[in-house]
Amino acid sequence: MKRKKISVENLVMDTSIAVILLILVLITLYPVWYVVVASFTDSTELARNPGLLLWPEEFDAGAYRMVFKNPLLMGAFKNTFIILVTALPINIVLTLLCGYFMACPGMYWKKIITAIIMFTMFFNGGLIPGYLNIRDLGLYNSLWALILPGALSVYNAIICKTAIEAVPDSLRESAYIDGANDIQIIFKIILPLIKPTMAVLLLYYGVAHWNSWFNASLYIKDSLKLPVQNIMRSILLANDTLGGQGGDDYNAYAETIKYAAIVITTTPIMCIYPFLQKYFAKGVMIGAVKG
Amino acid sequence: MKQKKFNKKRLHKILNNWELYLMLLPAVLYIILFVYKPMYGIQIAFRDFQFKDGITGSRWVGFDQFRRLFNSYWFPIILKNTLTISILNLLLSFPLPIIFALAANELRNEKVKRTLQTVSYAPHFISMVVMCGMVVMFTSPSSGIINKAIEFFGGEAIAFMQKPEMFKWVFVLSGIWQGTGWSSIIYFSALAAVDKSLLEAAEIDGASRLQRILYINLPTIVPTISIQIVLAVGRLMSLGQEKVLLLQTSPNLNGSEIIATYVYKVGLEQYSYSFSTAAGLFNSLCNCILLITANTITKKITKQGLW
Repeated sequence: MKRKKISVENLVMDTSIAVILLILVLITLYPVWYVVVASFTDSTELARNPGLLLWPEEFDAGAYRMVFKNPLLMGAFKNTFIILVTALPINIVLTLLCGYFMACPGMYWKKIITAIIMFTMFFNGGLIPGYLNIRDLGLYNSLWALILPGALSVYNAIICKTAIEAVPDSLRESAYIDGANDIQIIFKIILPLIKPTMAVLLLYYGVAHWNSWFNASLYIKDSLKLPVQNIMRSILLANDTLGGQGGDDYNAYAETIKYAAIVITTTPIMCIYPFLQKYFAKGVMIGAVKG
Repeated sequence: MKQKKFNKKRLHKILNNWELYLMLLPAVLYIILFVYKPMYGIQIAFRDFQFKDGITGSRWVGFDQFRRLFNSYWFPIILKNTLTISILNLLLSFPLPIIFALAANELRNEKVKRTLQTVSYAPHFISMVVMCGMVVMFTSPSSGIINKAIEFFGGEAIAFMQKPEMFKWVFVLSGIWQGTGWSSIIYFSALAAVDKSLLEAAEIDGASRLQRILYINLPTIVPTISIQIVLAVGRLMSLGQEKVLLLQTSPNLNGSEIIATYVYKVGLEQYSYSFSTAAGLFNSLCNCILLITANTITKKITKQGLW
């Protein structure tokens, strides 16, 4: 009798869990799906009454052609690419060195240096002092102003430190005895062992650069030097016609172009993160405890 | 004598590891140049900064800028908006990741579970600009899908982005859409620590699924939840300017201007550098106080703090 009651209860519970999850998936995916479908829909069709837009009624890739033809956006892709190629090696090397130092046992001044580094997570100069500093250093209106201020994320360095600490100390010591120096130890012994963590950090840094727009809006004056997200901002939020790239051809696609631009700028990251997903948990756990 | 010997030993040890210190140099240089040097610039909050005089050459005015801030027309509005948005955000976005993790954890098929997680992380990787652009397009009174839905059910289209009282909802609900999956990671990992034999024993003893969730799974993640609550409270005043700036329109300013956006405007649009720095410093100090309090509490309950 009791068994039966429980099995009914479980059935109710199973159904409600399934329903909750299904609704959450739909809420998460539908906006994304809508954007993809809208980007392939004919503009006049979209303006009329798109309704639910489950499937493009008349497949039209014209908006994509317009986006790829746009010099401002293409130039922005180039700028973002330059930023990524320059910034990522700097990010990774600094993170690795900083993490290694913090993980090394028995270093003098380690406590105070770690404290100095950690303090920056909780307090910073703020907007205007940071801005004046960039001008003062002569980085204003240069891509370096987007690369250097974020050269090291302390949060990521701590994730790296924790990963290095998990490598057995004896490995490092025996390498020392065999005559290896710290650089060799880091790149030949430690790095191969913490590859998954570094891959995740590479993703975090990469996504941060790819998605950032605020610093560029502060420090870059020349619109030809702006990265992708800033151009996206003027397309999506300021209804900018891509710097006077008007014409009838363009106007016909004015709405769909927004959706196509979203798809193009978001796809690269969407294709990468699922592969690193199983390593996410580690970093987030550390982040939760360390702020 | 003993002191001297000790110092010599210390120096020797540092010299022995000189490579390591050298390796740290770039990171330290970066932190000094890009983090601590701006902190030195905070002093302009107590000065009347003029470009031609430089930071230390400008006139010292003490707490004048702060007095001006507290007496300004916008101060009560930005303080209220910052707190309202943060608190609403905390109340609404906090429980969902927990519910999601507890529910998804019940899925027996690992593949389905993993796919579900992948899907739930996706919005986190969409850029702020694109996300806000989507919000604006979806809430558009003429063509937005949300208003289309409202009209379909017989309601009247709402100009979400034009109404000050709507702003906090737009901000918080879009944040939930973007962040729920990502925030649930920590609860998924906490749930991985649940003792499987305990669950089996409970099942044999006739515990229902709901009972297992409520009396085994939930208590296991309670420490994680409590740390997260304390940390979230510690972050209450640290509402950043990026998303608000993107969603702000001049009609909704009364509901959307927060301290951080105000700092941005008076500083970079009206060039009141000192005044803006003072407002920013006020915000960071509130942050620090909240965070230190939160950390003290975390330490008390979990014996493990941020520092």
